[in-house]
Amino acid sequence: MSTSTPTPSVVPAKTSPGWQRKLSHLVGPLVLLGPPGVWLLLLLVVPTLLILQLSLIPGIRPGQPIDGFGLGNYLNIFQPVYLQVIWRSVFFALGSTVLTLLLGFPVAYWIALMAPKRWRNLLLVSFVLPLWTSSLLRAYAWITILRPTGVLNSFLSTLGLPTLDLLNRSGAVFIGMSYSFLPYMVLVLYASLEKLDRRLLEAAADLGASAPQAFWKVTVPQTLPGIAAGCLLVFIASLGDFVVPELLGGASSMTVSRLIYNQFLGATRNWGLGSSLSMVLILAVSISIALLIKYGDRDPESFS
Amino acid sequence: MSQTAMQNRPVIETDTRFDVELRKIFKVFNGETVVRGVDLGIWQGEFFSILGPSGCGKTTTLRLIAGFEEPSAGEVLIRGKSMSGVPAYRRPVNTVFQSYALFSHLSVWENIAFGLRIKRQSKAEIQNRVQEALRLVKMEQFARRYPAQLSGGQQQRVAVARALVNRPTVVLLDEPLGALDLKLRKEMQVELSTLHKNLGVTFVMVTHDQEEALSLSDRIAVMHDGRLEQIGTPNQIYDYPQTPFVADFIGDTNLFKGQVETTDYAMLQVRTDRGLKILVKPTESSNGSTPGQVVVSVRPEKIQLSLEKPSSPVNCFEGRLMHTMYLGTHVHYLVELLSGDRLTVLQPNRAKLAAEPDSSLYIHWAETDCLALTA
Repeated sequence: MSTSTPTPSVVPAKTSPGWQRKLSHLVGPLVLLGPPGVWLLLLLVVPTLLILQLSLIPGIRPGQPIDGFGLGNYLNIFQPVYLQVIWRSVFFALGSTVLTLLLGFPVAYWIALMAPKRWRNLLLVSFVLPLWTSSLLRAYAWITILRPTGVLNSFLSTLGLPTLDLLNRSGAVFIGMSYSFLPYMVLVLYASLEKLDRRLLEAAADLGASAPQAFWKVTVPQTLPGIAAGCLLVFIASLGDFVVPELLGGASSMTVSRLIYNQFLGATRNWGLGSSLSMVLILAVSISIALLIKYGDRDPESFS
Repeated sequence: MSQTAMQNRPVIETDTRFDVELRKIFKVFNGETVVRGVDLGIWQGEFFSILGPSGCGKTTTLRLIAGFEEPSAGEVLIRGKSMSGVPAYRRPVNTVFQSYALFSHLSVWENIAFGLRIKRQSKAEIQNRVQEALRLVKMEQFARRYPAQLSGGQQQRVAVARALVNRPTVVLLDEPLGALDLKLRKEMQVELSTLHKNLGVTFVMVTHDQEEALSLSDRIAVMHDGRLEQIGTPNQIYDYPQTPFVADFIGDTNLFKGQVETTDYAMLQVRTDRGLKILVKPTESSNGSTPGQVVVSVRPEKIQLSLEKPSSPVNCFEGRLMHTMYLGTHVHYLVELLSGDRLTVLQPNRAKLAAEPDSSLYIHWAETDCLALTA
């Protein structure tokens, strides 16, 4: 561009087309962001807008005349039956988050701080390995394990212990979800624990803190951003999960995702309700992601 | 000399004048011996420095006292009590870390209060002592800040306050001023010294900076290759080094390898490998050293330069001026003797030598101004 205006101080700006310069500044971003932008527009933004539109048409069903616009679908959600389903979804998501945190923290801690350095990557990979198979496959595997005549119960009966009836109950949902999302938790916690300055633990010991005191007063607060990030990630993923509650949860474990499925492809066929539930779910997840972005990646140095 | 007397005396089990005692300490890491038989006693209220080049085992020695490492052999005693099996958090010592190791998630105030809170002191007690510690290091107005909002010097002060507030028997300082720039380092040296005098607590400092060690310490232990080379006052270490390593490491020196030719009770005659004959007046420490391999050490500032042959023939050699470096307060000369030895000479910038480069001149020093060290 500079060659087209060799003497800008002498020649008035009229020959130097500002819009051309602006355009040239846009070429780079357009080339880089264009393809994914189109992709997102067609497959995310447009469908979401379509669902938003559907959610604003009360009682829309396939093959039925459209009956004006309104917030009827959203008000519908406030029926106790649906609120109970939403509450149950949140309960499953929270429970799985707590479970993965309790299971994942010791593992991440051990890999990051105690395992021999050369084994760390291998240990992490082996932990992520289950993610390479389909979530459907993993859910079926759990059915094989948990069903009344499954692996777990045969094992228990050989030991002479009473058998457990876990499948098609909340317990199975917690087990399945925690199993599915544990690798995410471990990865995020590992990244945070691995950055932990061990000299701080020495400093804590020097000031009289025993190992448990140093853990609660230094390790946990120092890795709090990582803990928050891991928890939000698991919470978001389990809130919208469909496979695990569908396959392992049984009839009593209706969640929002299953309810939405039923509104579109199940017996009830209420597109309006399904769309409004979808919008609520999208909103909840978006808020969680916003929180994750704001607090998840904070450097422990920047506390204040 | 007092330190040799101390080393030779058998250690009394109940000597309460020692705050820290190391008895034949060894430390092996993965088959590598980092500390080899360190044996020393640190007096109560002393400012004691462990000085040595990097990798000499000085930091490991400090960590053994703090309890971050357990000795492979030997014993650490603090106030006469064996620290074997006593974890770091139960030892009456506090450390000022090289990297400060401040807790970034806590404010300055909470950083200093950390140790007191762990020991479950009363609220009023914590309040008073933290306030007092803040005042001591002149950081009262920064109490609410977080470490990331402080400069290096300020972080250093917080680290010192965090250690002192617990009123430890011994304060351990691991290269405490290493991360600061020169001017700030000088300031903090003065403050550390003042703090030590006012509080009367035993300070044990690890440093590779000889000037820092010389200016702050009551006594210095010079370490090399995991061993103690010498323990003594700054004056003893500088003026009466006992080994060639100490002579070379502390300040500048000129070293000549040679053989003792004749000894009488008052004078040693050394013939260097390059044929110089040097007369050395034996000091107490080198007294009775048997004839054999020695290293003669002459400090650059003890050597005189002249254009004419001086009247005294003792330790006088002819040479050629190779290079002159003007240092402001001093002038630094590099002289090559006829024997081929090269010497550095430091003269105050008072009587400038009117010598051209490459001109011949004479150097000489008194027999009391050099030392013969057993190689």
